Amino acid sequence: MSTPETKRGGLPHQPPGNTLGKENYLNASRGFLSWALTLDHKRIGLMYLVSILTAFLGGGLAALYVRTELIAPGQTLGDADMYNQAFTLHGAIMVFLFIIPGIPAALGNFVLPLLLGAKDVAFPRLNLASYWLWVCGAIFAVISLATGGVDTGWTFYTPYSSSTTTSVIPIVTGVFILGFSSIFTGLNFIVTTHKLRPKNMGWFNMPLVMWALYSTAIIQVLATPVLAITLLLLIAERAMGIGIFDPALGGDAVLFQHFFWFYSHPAVYIMILPAMGIISELIAVFSRKHIFGYTFIAYSSVAIAIFGFIVWGHHMFTSGQSDLLNMIFAALTFSVSIPSAIKIWNWLATLYKGSISWDTPMLYALSFIILFTIGGLTGLFLGMLAVDVFLHDTYFVVAHFHYVMFGGTVIAFLGGLFYWWPKMTGRMYSETSGRLSAALIFIGFNLTFFIQFILGSQGMPRRYFDYLPRYEFYHQVSTIGAYITALGFMVAAYSLAMSLVRGKLAPANPWGGNSLEWHTTSPPPLHNFEGEPRSDDPYDYGDWKWDDSVEGFVRKDAEATA
Amino acid sequence: MSHDHDHPSYLQHHFDTPEQQFTSSKLGMWLFLATEVLMFGGLFCAYSVYRGNHPEIFMYAHQFLDTKLGAINTVVLLCSSLTMAWAVRAAQLGQKRLLPFMLILTLAGAFGFMGIKYIEYSSKFDHGLLWARAYEPHEEGHHGDDHGDGHEAGAADHGAAHDGGDDHGDADHNGAADHNGASDHNGDAAHEAAAGDHGGEQAEALPDGVLEILPSGLKVEKSTIAPPGSAPSGTVLTVSDDGHGEHHGPEPEKTKVFFSIYFLMTGLHGIHVLGGIVVIFWLLFKSLGGAFGPEYYTPVDLVGLYWHLVDLIWIFLFPLLYLIH
Repeated sequence: MSTPETKRGGLPHQPPGNTLGKENYLNASRGFLSWALTLDHKRIGLMYLVSILTAFLGGGLAALYVRTELIAPGQTLGDADMYNQAFTLHGAIMVFLFIIPGIPAALGNFVLPLLLGAKDVAFPRLNLASYWLWVCGAIFAVISLATGGVDTGWTFYTPYSSSTTTSVIPIVTGVFILGFSSIFTGLNFIVTTHKLRPKNMGWFNMPLVMWALYSTAIIQVLATPVLAITLLLLIAERAMGIGIFDPALGGDAVLFQHFFWFYSHPAVYIMILPAMGIISELIAVFSRKHIFGYTFIAYSSVAIAIFGFIVWGHHMFTSGQSDLLNMIFAALTFSVSIPSAIKIWNWLATLYKGSISWDTPMLYALSFIILFTIGGLTGLFLGMLAVDVFLHDTYFVVAHFHYVMFGGTVIAFLGGLFYWWPKMTGRMYSETSGRLSAALIFIGFNLTFFIQFILGSQGMPRRYFDYLPRYEFYHQVSTIGAYITALGFMVAAYSLAMSLVRGKLAPANPWGGNSLEWHTTSPPPLHNFEGEPRSDDPYDYGDWKWDDSVEGFVRKDAEATA
Repeated sequence: MSHDHDHPSYLQHHFDTPEQQFTSSKLGMWLFLATEVLMFGGLFCAYSVYRGNHPEIFMYAHQFLDTKLGAINTVVLLCSSLTMAWAVRAAQLGQKRLLPFMLILTLAGAFGFMGIKYIEYSSKFDHGLLWARAYEPHEEGHHGDDHGDGHEAGAADHGAAHDGGDDHGDADHNGAADHNGASDHNGDAAHEAAAGDHGGEQAEALPDGVLEILPSGLKVEKSTIAPPGSAPSGTVLTVSDDGHGEHHGPEPEKTKVFFSIYFLMTGLHGIHVLGGIVVIFWLLFKSLGGAFGPEYYTPVDLVGLYWHLVDLIWIFLFPLLYLIH
C-alpha cells in the first residue's frame, strides 16, 4: 500500500490511527483538478459539504433578513417585493440546495462506502456528475437572483408562478437540474447498498443510518422525476403558454399542486429520514448501549418511505379537493406518525439505563428528539381536517415545518457533522465550543419557532409582509430567537474552523462506535481500508475500550496483541 | 492499490469481480429507467387529467394528426428495437462484424423516426397547429403568406393581451363561448369557403375585417385566433395530411391545448430519441474498436434497455394521441 515517497513522518502527539501528515485521502493527490475531477467519494462528500454550507449561509442570511423585516409592523428594511423575494430565496435555497443534498450527498457520500467497508460508491463518475450538477443548479439560482429575483415562494404555485413577471424560469431550471443531482446520488446509494456490501454483512447487519440512507435513496429515485416533469411543465407554461395549468385554457392550477406535492411531500422524508438514521447512530454510541429495537427502526425507515408517497394530498385540504379525498389523505397522514413514533420510542428505550456521555453530537441528538417530537405532534394538528382549515397558511404551519426540518434535519446534520468531523479531517474540535453551539441553537431555535405556534393559532398568516400590532410581541421574540440561533451557528462554525487550525489530532475511534468507519484511520486512506474490514454487529461496543494515552477507543484484542 | 493481478482492464477498482460490476451497472440502469417511467408518468397523468376534463377536444383534434405517418413510425421504432436487441446478442456472442452492422441499422431506424417526425412537425407548423399560445390554425392554401400572417397575427395577439390587461387569450375564449351556438353555421360556411377556390383570397381579406364583428360585450374586438374562417372559434379545418378527415364538427373551445400536449409528449420523447442516437453512435465507435465481446458487453446491454424503453413510450404515445375514437 504505502510507497516510500508518500510515507511521511507523523505530527507531534499523534495517536495511532491518525494519518495526518502521513498518507491519507486528503493528500493522496494535489492541485485543483485533483479535487474538481476526483472520483473519490470522500472528496466529493467534502466538496458537497463546503458547497451546501455556503448555500446554508446564503439561505440563513435571507432568513435573518425576513426575521428582521418582521421585527416591527410595516416596512422595516425594504419594501414588500423585497420581502417576498427574501422568503422565496430562503425557502428555495434551504430546501433544494441545502437540506435535500445536506445529509445524503455531503455526509452520506463520505460515510456510506465506509459504513459498508467498500472502496467507493458503485458509480463514482455519476457521483462526481451529481456534484457538478448541484453546482449548475446553484448557478441558475444565482442567475435568477441576478435577474430580479423570484417572489413565488419555494413551492412555485401556479397560476401565480406562471404569470408573475419575476424571473421564475432560471430558478425553476436550477431546481430541475438539482433534481437530477439528487437522483444520481440516490441511484448510486441504492446500487452501492445492494451490490457493495461485504459478504458477511446482511441487510440486518447494516448500521441503521444505512437503512435510512437507502430508504431516502428510494424516494429520491422515485419521486424526483415527477418534480422534474412538473417543473418542465411550468417552464413550458411560462415560455410557451401550453395551458395545462392555466384555468383560462381549461387547465387545472391545482394539478400543479398535486404534482408538486407528489414530489415534495416524499421530499420532506428525503430530508428527515437520513437525519433519523444519524440519530440512531448517535443515541446508541453515546449511550454505550446496543440500539433498542433494531429491526423496528430499520423497517420504520422503509415504512416512512412508502407512506411518504401516499399523503401528499394533506397539503391541499383547503385547495378545493373533494371531501372524500381530504378524509382519505387525513387518515393516511396519521399513519405516518406510527413509524415515526416507533423510532422515537426505540431511541428513548436505547437511552434508558445507558451510560450517556454529553459530547457535542449527543447534545444535538437529544435536541433532535425533543424538537422532532414537537414537530411531529404538531403535524397531527395539521393533518386533522377540522383543525387544518383554521391553521392552514398560518405561522403554525411555518413553526411545524421548521420544527421538523430545522429542529429535525438541520440539528441531526450538525450532530452528524460533529460526529464524523474527526473522521473527515483527523482533528478534534473543542468540546466547549461545540456544546455551547448546541445549547445556543437549541435555545434560539425554540425561541424563534415555539412562539410561532402561538402566533399561528392566533391567526397570523404566513408569508405576510405586514401584520396587526397585536402580533408585534410574538414577532419580536421570534426575531431575537433567530439572532441567538445565528450566534449558535457562528459558534459551531468557529468550533469546527478552529479545530482545523489547532485541534487535537483525532484517534481512529474517538467515540467508541463499532460501525466500520471507526475501523479505519482518521482520516481514511484513499481506498478507505487497509485490507478487508471485518464487519460484525455495528451496535456491539464491547470490543472497544477507552485508552487515555490515545484519547480514544481502541480494540481490546488489538491491545492484547500490541 | 494493485490493479495488476488478474484484473481485466474494464473492471473498475472498487468492484471485486466483473459479475459484481455488471449486475451493479444493470441495477443502476433499471433504476434510471424507473425514473424515466415516472417522469413520463407525470406527463401521462397530465394528459389523463386534461382528457378526462375535456374529452371533446381530443375527439376533435386527434384527426389533425397523421395516423399513417404515426403508424409507420411505430413500425420503424419497433424494427430498430429488434436490431438493437440483435446488437446486444451479437455483442454477447462476440460477433464483432455483426455488432456494428446492427448498430448502424438501429441508427437508421432512429434517424428514420426523427425524419418522419420532422415531416409531421413541419406540417403542424405550416398549419399553425401549435401549442396553445402559438396556436393559429389556417388552411394549407397560402404557403407564401405563412410567415407574414404569423407575424401579423402574433402582433395582434400581443395587442389583445395588453388591451385585455389580464390573461392572454382570455378574450378569445369568452368570444368562443358566446359563439358556440352559432358556430355550427359558421363552421359550415368556413368549410365551404375553404373548399372553394376563394380560400386564399379570403384568408388575405379577413384579418382586418371580420374580427370587428364580434358582438360580445367584452373586449373581444381584437381576438386573433381568426384564421380564414369567419368566426374565431368555429373554424373548421379540412384534414389534408392523410386525406380522409372523418368528421369536421365545430372546433371545441381550447382545442389548442391538445397541441400543447402533443408537442410536449412527442417532443420529450423525441429528445430521448436524440439522446439514444448519441449513445448509439458512441457504442458504434467503441464497437468498431472491438471494445465489446462475450466477457464485456455492459454498455451495449444498457443502451439496449434504454432504447427499448424509448420505444415502449412511443407505443403508448401513438394510440393515446393518434388513435382516439
